[in-house]
Amino acid sequence: MAKKKLISAKINGEPREFACEPRQSLLEVLRDSLQLTGAKEGCNNGNCGACTVLLNGEPVVSCLVLALEAEGAEIETVEGIAAGGQLQPLQQCFLEGAALQCGVCTPGFLMTAKALLDRVPHPSEAEIRFQLAGNLCRCTGYDKIVRAVQAAAEGTNP
Amino acid sequence: MSDISPISYSDKTFKVIGTRPVRHDGADKVTGRALYGADVQLPGALHGKVLRSPHAHARIKLIDTSIAEKIEGVYAVATGKDWPDLVDKIADLGEGAVHLKDLSENCLAVDKVLYKGHAIAAVAARDVHIAEAAIAAIRVDYELLPAVTSVLDAMKPGAPILHPGLKTETLGQPSQGPTNIDRHVHFETGDIAAGFAAADLILEREFETATVHQGYIEPQVSTALWNEDGQLKIWTSTQGSFTARHQTAELLQLPISKVTVTPCEIGGGFGGKIAVYLEPVAAILSRKSGRAVKMTMQRDEVFEGTGPTPASFIRVKLGATKDGKLTAGQAYLAYESGAFPGGVIGPGTMCIFSCVELPNAVVDGYDVCVNKPKTQAYRAPGATQAAFAFESTFNELAEQLQIDPIAIRRINGVKEGSRRVDGPVYPRIGYLECLEAAQNSSHWNSPLEGPNQGRGIAAGYWFNIGLKSSVSASVNPDGTVNLLEGSTDIGGTRTSIAMQLAETLGIPAADVLPKVVDTDSIGYTDVTGGSRTTFATGMAAHKVGLKLLEQLTARAAFLWDCDPAEVKVDGDLYRWRDQQLTFKQLAEKLPSAGDPVVGHASVSPEGPTNGFGVHIVDVEVDPDTAKVKILRYTAIQDAGKAIHPSYVEGQMQGGAVQGIGWALNEEYFYGDDHKMRNASLLDYRIPTCLDVPMIDTIIVEVPNPNHPFGVRGVGETPIVPPPGAIADAIFQATGVRATRLPISPPRLWKAMSQLAK
Repeated sequence: MAKKKLISAKINGEPREFACEPRQSLLEVLRDSLQLTGAKEGCNNGNCGACTVLLNGEPVVSCLVLALEAEGAEIETVEGIAAGGQLQPLQQCFLEGAALQCGVCTPGFLMTAKALLDRVPHPSEAEIRFQLAGNLCRCTGYDKIVRAVQAAAEGTNP
Repeated sequence: MSDISPISYSDKTFKVIGTRPVRHDGADKVTGRALYGADVQLPGALHGKVLRSPHAHARIKLIDTSIAEKIEGVYAVATGKDWPDLVDKIADLGEGAVHLKDLSENCLAVDKVLYKGHAIAAVAARDVHIAEAAIAAIRVDYELLPAVTSVLDAMKPGAPILHPGLKTETLGQPSQGPTNIDRHVHFETGDIAAGFAAADLILEREFETATVHQGYIEPQVSTALWNEDGQLKIWTSTQGSFTARHQTAELLQLPISKVTVTPCEIGGGFGGKIAVYLEPVAAILSRKSGRAVKMTMQRDEVFEGTGPTPASFIRVKLGATKDGKLTAGQAYLAYESGAFPGGVIGPGTMCIFSCVELPNAVVDGYDVCVNKPKTQAYRAPGATQAAFAFESTFNELAEQLQIDPIAIRRINGVKEGSRRVDGPVYPRIGYLECLEAAQNSSHWNSPLEGPNQGRGIAAGYWFNIGLKSSVSASVNPDGTVNLLEGSTDIGGTRTSIAMQLAETLGIPAADVLPKVVDTDSIGYTDVTGGSRTTFATGMAAHKVGLKLLEQLTARAAFLWDCDPAEVKVDGDLYRWRDQQLTFKQLAEKLPSAGDPVVGHASVSPEGPTNGFGVHIVDVEVDPDTAKVKILRYTAIQDAGKAIHPSYVEGQMQGGAVQGIGWALNEEYFYGDDHKMRNASLLDYRIPTCLDVPMIDTIIVEVPNPNHPFGVRGVGETPIVPPPGAIADAIFQATGVRATRLPISPPRLWKAMSQLAK
């Protein structure tokens, strides 16, 4: 086993330091070392999107990012998007639009959708479906997820 | 029917039911705070991993764990030798039964491995990386055996035999062995020969469907702690905490009270999280190590080691008069049960003719062991394969007779009093109403708009079950009500159950505070499965509401010093002469009004709630690649009464898209070595949001007479119609009648090319 390295990163706006082995993924460190268990492991090889977090504003599947790569980065997880006791509009729209059933894919969808809306405030349905295609949901059939993202983009209730 | 007072709500306008409140666990689930099985982190917990068979069929000659045990950081190793001597018993899991000995050997093999991915040994170590290294250090010597992974091949004389002692049970009688056929189901009604003789047109068609997986996003995960006082505590991702407790206690030969199961938030199940896999193994490792042990499957383990649902071969023969009346039907179904007996052939045979009145019918079904993982329930288990075969044949029959597909379904459709060919007579059901809604839908009445497009339609049926549910409730002085329940909330049932209590008490849904609690904290409750939770646990919530109402009335009478019979309740208002209190005001006074207001209720409704659905789909088929694009989709279903319409729609949409995946893409690929080739979510292709359009829904409400609010089960039916509807749409677009699932581009392209010749 290689020696652990100390990594400094800004996580959900706060400077954090953590030690990790070179073989550890960002997902493993977020969940097991930093107790940020919002990002979920569904496949551990980048196919399902449940572990999506934002790395310097870009959505990444954290199971395919080495924890070492987080050095100096800004990381945003689902735990960080509600501010001051208020849900973020996407979170609110997911709830009002019943866009989750079991909810295990929801953190990943929220992060991918947030990255999309940060970049494209008013995406078309086709753009939303294209951008969310890396996140798998087995419960909803996606209808209400797409509508919730549309509602968040338009500032309306779904 | 259980002992619910038969209050009729059919003429009543509801305050809560039919509204769309935000789910009670919503904030936790959009902030990442909800604790799923993998989020349980006990102090000092070890990580367990499972060694799995690389072979499809082999005798285990030797398992040498000595090197693995010596690795620094390894605390315990378990093999099949650690099972206590099991008396073979059958355990009812709600959605199917299981032989306990088979179940134990599925969790850790004993003499033989029966499929690639079969668990052989397990290790608990300080971290998951050490556990993986230890697994790799276990030596297993195998004697390889010939394998069989096709259901028809496994039925042939001379096929490799999985279980030398297996006999085919036909109408309760065992056959001579050896065989892979565990069970032969047979039933008949009327006079089949006379029925076909009366037909103007007879069609006979054969169908095949592939092995598919439930595909829940959260892999199986369990944590076990075998405490020093002998109490085994388990935190797990399960559809049924009591069922997990029952299985674990039986496999470990523990008194049931020695096992406590805490159901964590669950990341999908669809029938695949009823049987235990990791729970008893983690328990053995915990007992051996004296530490808590957490075990999580990787995705390939989920595909190769947990329940897919069966591949099938089905033959359907239908006869009809020229005006479209069915005169006879015959079906032959062979379903994989996987490595162990006990598949879903029963419901398959009962569902195949469930949507039509058929005076003369014969149905034969075979449950067949093959070298694949033990099959499990998957949303209306067994019905989707059967409906694909029946609905496809029925659509072709309609086409040849030049009768509209909805019209032929209305001519033959089941209604109250119709007798299903396996015996039961339907009570009030809503199939004809669904067909009428389909006929009147904007989708059915709008034109297709381009070349290579087609529109298809199919129906589907699922029984839905009742089983047992318990709830407890207590009134808080701030006017809210705590509601404890044992039903895993897999898709919003905390809310749909709470709404039924809220309606009963005349208070807002948000004022009922539902909690899913562990097996020590609530009465027995069966699995969240069989589309039963909103129906049956909701019925218990209504029943406990009636008990609270009675107590609240007595407390109000106590405060007013009057006869409780004189207190009138109207919604949330309690009245006596000129006195009145709202529910909230009365709740505030409860601390000084005698005994606390607390109730418990349990129910065990019997008989199905009978869910029917009709789906309409438009497709466009690329003439060059044969890729099928879903252009438009409408799901129609009788929900009885939709408690929370958004979550009813969600079930219909989610089930439809699972059915789309089953129809077009999903399948276990096997090599000639009988090993699965596509055990990842990249290669086992479930639908993404780019693959599907919005899924329109039409909720039909024909109240179920056996539920106080008219609820029918909803969750399973929507997966049943899609393959038949899509195959029909593809025929309309291309002229190809697809008879094999999935209708993947290479398969369809080949058929289209042959048709063009």
